[in-house]
Order: sequence, then C-alpha cells, then structure tokens
Amino acid sequence: MASWSTPSKSCGAEPMSDLFSKFDPLIAMREGLLATGVTDPFGMVMEKVLSPTTAICNGRETILLGTYNYMGMTFDPDVIAAGKQALDDFGAGTTGSRVLNGTYAGHRAVEDALKEFYGMDHAMVFSTGYQANLGIISTIAGKGDYIVLDIDSHASIWDGCKMGDAEVVPFKHNDIEAMEKRLKRIPEGAGKLVILEGVYSMLGDIAPLKEMIRIAKENGAMVLVDEAHSMGFIGPNGRGVAEEQGCLDDVDFVIGTFSKSVGTVGGFCVSNHPKFEIMRLVCRPYVFTASLPPSVVATAATSIRKLMHGHNKRAHLWENSRVLHKGLRDAGFQLGTETPQSAIISVIMPDLERGAAMWEALLKEGLYVNLARPPATPAGMTLLRCSLCAEHSAEQVQTIIGMFTRAGAATGII
Amino acid sequence: MDRAATEAKIAELIAPFNKKGVAISDATSFAGDLEFDSLTVMDFVAAIEDEFDIIISMNQQAEIETYGQLVDAVEKLRG
Repeated sequence: MASWSTPSKSCGAEPMSDLFSKFDPLIAMREGLLATGVTDPFGMVMEKVLSPTTAICNGRETILLGTYNYMGMTFDPDVIAAGKQALDDFGAGTTGSRVLNGTYAGHRAVEDALKEFYGMDHAMVFSTGYQANLGIISTIAGKGDYIVLDIDSHASIWDGCKMGDAEVVPFKHNDIEAMEKRLKRIPEGAGKLVILEGVYSMLGDIAPLKEMIRIAKENGAMVLVDEAHSMGFIGPNGRGVAEEQGCLDDVDFVIGTFSKSVGTVGGFCVSNHPKFEIMRLVCRPYVFTASLPPSVVATAATSIRKLMHGHNKRAHLWENSRVLHKGLRDAGFQLGTETPQSAIISVIMPDLERGAAMWEALLKEGLYVNLARPPATPAGMTLLRCSLCAEHSAEQVQTIIGMFTRAGAATGII
Repeated sequence: MDRAATEAKIAELIAPFNKKGVAISDATSFAGDLEFDSLTVMDFVAAIEDEFDIIISMNQQAEIETYGQLVDAVEKLRG
C-alpha cells in the first residue's frame, strides 16, 4: 500500500503545516487493520455484475447481500430499454442546472411518476439523495429555527442541518418522550422542523412514526421523513413506513432516493406544501449543480411506475427477510433487531478486527455484505449489514445462511 | 439558584459519566480530560437539559469545551 509522509518544506517560507495531520489516527487504524493481512474491506471492485444478486468480485462469483438494490430493478428489461432509448434520443448528459438548460422532458416525466407514486402534489428531483436532504433541510430551516432530530440520522441530514445554520437539537434514537420534551422547550414563536427516518439503515429498525408525528404536529412542528430505505416495499403501495403506519398525510416532506429500490441514482422530495415550487429557485444544492443525465431519469421513471405494481416482489422480499433473520438468529448470531423490520438484517460483531475477519471469510465463501463501522454506526458498533433483494431466490437465502454459519464458526464469532 | 448551587447540581449529574474519577475543576475539558465520546455527550447533555428544563443545542455545545463553560452556559440558559 501507499506510504504516507509529511510534505517537504516549500521554498523560503515558513514550514507548511500539514492539513492532513488530523487524519493520522484513522490512517494508523487502517494500517493496523491491513497489517493483520485481511483483505481491504473498503477497496473491493466488482469486475462484472451478472444480475441484481450476483457479481464477479476479486475473480470469484459472489452473491450480493450488501447492495441497496431491494427490488432488483437494475437489470429490469423495461428499465434498461428506457435508458438506452433516452441515451439515443437526448444524449449522454444535460450539461446544465435544472433551472437553466438542464430540465428535459424526462425530468418532468420522472417528477410526474413520483407525484403519482406518492399521491402528492409536488415532486422535486435532485442529482443524489444526499443532495435532496442537504438541499431541503438547509433551505427550509435557517438561522433562528429549531431542528429536532434523531441522533442516529444519516450524514446527509446532519450536513443539511449544519449548512442551514438552524439550532440543532438531537434526541436519543426512537425515544418518543425525549423528542417531546425537547419540542416543548423550544422558545415560543420559533420555527420547528422534526426530522425522522422510516428505516434506520444501520440496524434496519423502523421508527414509531405515527406517535412521533402526532406529537410533532401537536407542538406546531413541520415534519420531514427520510424514506430512502423503505420505498418500494414497505406500506400497501410501497410509499414507506409512514404509509404503513397510516400517517403519510401528516408528513410535510418525504425525502427519497433513486439509488436503492429504484435502481439508479438521484434523490427527491415530495410534498403537498402549497408553496413548494419556490424550492426550485432558493435551494442551492438543486440550483448549483448539473441535472441528472436523460438516461438516468428515464430509467428512474420506468422503474418507479413498475414499483407501483410490485406486490408479488414485495411479498417475496419480506419472506426473504423473515427467513434470513430467523436462520441467522438460530445459528447463534446477535442481530440488530429482535424481529425482521425491513430488508436490512444487521449482524453485530464483537469488534472491528473480528468483524473484518468474518467479512473476509464470507467473501471467500462467495458472499458480499457491508462491513459498517463508526462513525457510520451507532454506539461504536461494528456491523455486518445484510440487505436483501426481491430477486434473491429462496435457495440463495438458504445458501447465505450456510455461508454465515461456516464463516462464523471458522472465525469464532458463533 | 446561584452559580454555586447550579455547579453543585451539575457535579452531581456528571458523577455517573466520570468513569475514571477525574478530579473536576472549571478548567476540566470534556473531550480531553474526561474523554467523553459523542454518545456520552448526548446522554450527559440530556441529563442536564432535563434537570434544568433547558435546551443546549448542538450549536451551543460546540462553544462549550470545559466544565466551567458548561456551568456558565447553564446559568445563562436558565435566565
């Protein structure tokens, strides 16, 4: 691996201070881990992707259990055809902002598909899900406003909070009482935004949205819910955890992504707020970036419309989640949730070293999962995060349980 | 409640989080001396907030590095 050394002194001036010094502890940790001889968990390359559930990784055919391809739409023939057609008809990219030359027919079409999917009045598409959170949160909650949010919120939410300069008040994960106490202490007259997620992606647990949103509304707050990890398969129409719990009508802003169930890249916000369209002019991460390529919005629109009718796939994905959760628990693994609550099953590792060893043993078995470590994880945990796909067959799920059992025994985890 | 009383209450609240039994003065820093990680900070701040019925936003927390600064901040927030 590359060596790390201090840059040499520049000519004549005082010695250059190395701005990279702050990364020294992380560099040392990484070098320490790799010195044990383990394969770099953050340097894997997929040489060939065979299907939504299999790829060639490091020369070996591997079952993919660490993607966000929940509904397996990446290789859907209609989705691929729509993308190819748009590439032919509209070219490789827009080379412009949505508010200037970057809105093509396809961008409008995908926003129309989103409005239909969620049954909402407005939809705004961003170039990534990260930008959707960054843009909406930083634009609507500014100086003097208060944001009350779950401590386990995604990085894009925290970054949106920081960029907007609002007062940021976190509460303990999924703790309804802690949220309520904080809302009640906010000075009278201040603007309030409560930010929640449907599915928290590290442990795969869901939020008690119905109760939390009721309390947020009682206290005069607007509510934003990130449904990135639930779109397509949670709720009767796949609209997410808020739909499942019967409180979607009380959500002011739903944030979502095209890079999970939809199977491409991009982010969005849907809303019924009557003034929502002004966002297109005031939201900087929307204005000051190039819009998505025509092929991407065409694949997204086709995929979203197909997800509206994905009932059978949804049912199979839930079955996969239940079987894997039970199989891993019966094998003796410690899991992030008592019951399967989403398509994410998180396996808790004792520490980073043994987590990395287990990750590598699984890779050698022919299984790819996500190795997740702090700061992405709560409570300093090391996790092997499994995300299931509607295209995983029942046989593949049994194969996966067998791989986990062998690798777990070989590394002393179980 | 004057500063001394506020300080006494905070001293009581910090005890369960002061796992290493560090001797605390106004100059004691949370990150350096007490080695609080982000989760400990959250739980400790929640305990203070609930005791005094105040909000210490993350923006305000960023300005508080030492025990003495915390006592002053709580005094000010209590109004």
